[in-house]
Amino acid sequence: MLVVEKNNLSYEIERMVKEYGSDRQSLLQILQAVQKKYKHISDFAQQEIARMMNIHPVEVYSVISFYSFLSTEPKGRNIVRLCKTIACDMAGKDAVETAVKRELGISFGETTIDQRVSLEYTNCLGMCDEGPAMLINEKVYTHLNPEMAVNILNEIK
Amino acid sequence: MLKRENIRIPVSQQALVIEKPIDITTIGGTVTIQINEKKVFVPFGTTILDACKENQIHIPTLCHHPDLCIAGVCRICVVEVEGLRTLQTSCSFPVTSPIKIHTSTEKVRKARRHIIDLLLSEHYGECYSCFRNGNCELQSLAKEYGVDGYSFGHILEPKYKVDKSSAAVIRDMNKCILCKRCVRTCIDLQEVGVLEAINRGHETHVGTFLDKPLADVICINCGQCINRCPTAALRANDPSDEIWNAIDDPQKHVVIQTAPSPRAAIGEEFGIEPGHSFTGELNTALRRIGFDKVFDTNFTADLTIMEEGTELLRRLKKAVVEKDSSVRLPQFTSCSPGWIKFIEHFYPEYLDYLSSAKSPQQMFGAVIKTFYAKESKIDPADIITVALMPCAAKKFECNRPEMNASGFKDVDYGLTTREMAKMIREAGIHLPEMPKSNFDEPFGNASGAGLIFGATGGVMEAALRTVYELVTGREVPFENLRIESCRGFEGIKQASIKLENCVESNNFLEGVELKFIVAHGTANAKKVMEMLQRGELSDVHFVEIMACPGGCLGGGGQPIPTSEEIRRKRAQAIYEEEEGLPVRKSHENVHIKYIYENFLTDGPCGELSHKLLHTHYTKRGKYIS
Repeated sequence: MLVVEKNNLSYEIERMVKEYGSDRQSLLQILQAVQKKYKHISDFAQQEIARMMNIHPVEVYSVISFYSFLSTEPKGRNIVRLCKTIACDMAGKDAVETAVKRELGISFGETTIDQRVSLEYTNCLGMCDEGPAMLINEKVYTHLNPEMAVNILNEIK
Repeated sequence: MLKRENIRIPVSQQALVIEKPIDITTIGGTVTIQINEKKVFVPFGTTILDACKENQIHIPTLCHHPDLCIAGVCRICVVEVEGLRTLQTSCSFPVTSPIKIHTSTEKVRKARRHIIDLLLSEHYGECYSCFRNGNCELQSLAKEYGVDGYSFGHILEPKYKVDKSSAAVIRDMNKCILCKRCVRTCIDLQEVGVLEAINRGHETHVGTFLDKPLADVICINCGQCINRCPTAALRANDPSDEIWNAIDDPQKHVVIQTAPSPRAAIGEEFGIEPGHSFTGELNTALRRIGFDKVFDTNFTADLTIMEEGTELLRRLKKAVVEKDSSVRLPQFTSCSPGWIKFIEHFYPEYLDYLSSAKSPQQMFGAVIKTFYAKESKIDPADIITVALMPCAAKKFECNRPEMNASGFKDVDYGLTTREMAKMIREAGIHLPEMPKSNFDEPFGNASGAGLIFGATGGVMEAALRTVYELVTGREVPFENLRIESCRGFEGIKQASIKLENCVESNNFLEGVELKFIVAHGTANAKKVMEMLQRGELSDVHFVEIMACPGGCLGGGGQPIPTSEEIRRKRAQAIYEEEEGLPVRKSHENVHIKYIYENFLTDGPCGELSHKLLHTHYTKRGKYIS
């Protein structure tokens, strides 16, 4: 990481810590903000957050590792999460899965080379009656079939 | 917006409404509770576990540790509380109302049995191939509850790689039962912050920042986590096989130095109550094992006092007489390798405040491979120096690249008390039955000042005895040389001693009130460093810091278990042994006089002693990339 980038990151984190407060309970909000802006929370960012909140870096890492919506590795601009739970599985998740993989040319857990889409599984989205379900960023798509899924994927930038 | 009171909460998750006492002033008062049909009175807010303990009712615990905060994660201590649907963890349930408790119902016994079975199903390995065999809390629980099979299966393949990167601490997460004692030790007790629970659910494991190997993170190697681990997930890096090889090699001259704290604690490994010193017995046992010479680390503890004391006087002189503003005061002690690595990581900008004197262990290594080799006409290349220490960090210290002042690796192996006990048992020796014998010459007699290095405040007390006498020409004005303000287990002790009627060479210190601070445990060290950052220590002259709670006697290499009570008994044993010694001041040790007359002829802090007995430190910083 370049020094300029590091400085910018520190500055940005400092702003967030000021905004949300430096108490322990603000940690999640700050992590979400960093994740949203930078698409991941880098090693350096974790240590900066720890320094400014006066906690240990390993505690920050522990929280990040607990939540699957926070990541330490860079993610794509859009994150596609396909529900892998049993109701969606029985409603035809496998067909959607194959179509999505073929369309994007990546498998689950990976990111496209142009950083457009990251593909992931998720546990139950609470849409068991409308499966198979998929979450793209913060929007839920239900009653999917392979065709629909591919169309939706092609629409996102 | 959803309001909290509008959300329907399932009955099982509804908050427990604790009956408030009628009068709020009864906080600090007593509550009458009923444990197994027996009425007992306990102070308001006592946990069920403590209440039971006081009334001789045994409740098994695993994640609970007297030194640490309450966690309530292992759930082995569950009891039934009348009126509550679920079982409650007794360690984290404060008594605030007249409840009725049952500690041994069918429900409780079954639950505990299931918990043990579940823990064992994820606990890799077999007891007979485990170094904690016989001293494992999980094993004794399994025995207590008559576990004779794995009712939930047993993991057959290891899930994690054993982390052997560190010179001091080995982590085998396959044996971990996630009681998080190490996490609480590292974060709360020591405030180092290396270990924390990583991931979620069945993937949870105790890990470091970014799951890096222990050698790459800010671990200070204090080993306190080892002392508190109930199983074999954490252990010290054991060099005993290499030491056996050296002993069996007739070419090698194997020399061992023993520190005071292991001698006060090693009896515990042989079933003796804490608080008994086995110095004489240990000497005999070590000779029987095959060590060629047995020396006393207290000798170089005395040497440390001479060097560190002289360094302090020089700094004081520069500050008082020459008004040199570049002099760093207070001077911090440098005996504790855990503390050294702590300051290198967390306060690298304050390294100048540290005394440049090496720790007694490293001084001894350098002296043995130079002075002793010359005197006894042995090629230093054939000498293997082993250090018996209460400490895990000493293993790291002896592997520091700068510790080769003699031209060789000064100390070849650092051995902990537990590993020494293992070697003694391996040699077929029962330590308490050994006859007593003395240390070998030429370092046979050490002063009591060196001995009390083992307890927190000991270095300070030893230094004061010498510095006060060097400056004033008189003994410290305390009964039987006991400087009580240095003793005891408070986290940070602050005191002072007035220097009056000084001898001519040191009369620049006339009327100066020598102020000092003693701290133990790196959590307290952190507080002291924060005081230093705020500029509150400008009038303090000398600070002693030990990385482990209680000082060396509570070190990471000492017998398991540990608690404040055990540490107090060990301290008592050390102080008792000290009072019986003929020489109790470092500068009066005849061997110290001899070495300054015949070897380090340019005196303390002279050129040769600077080369051999002093060191430099590395600015490590706490950022990991």
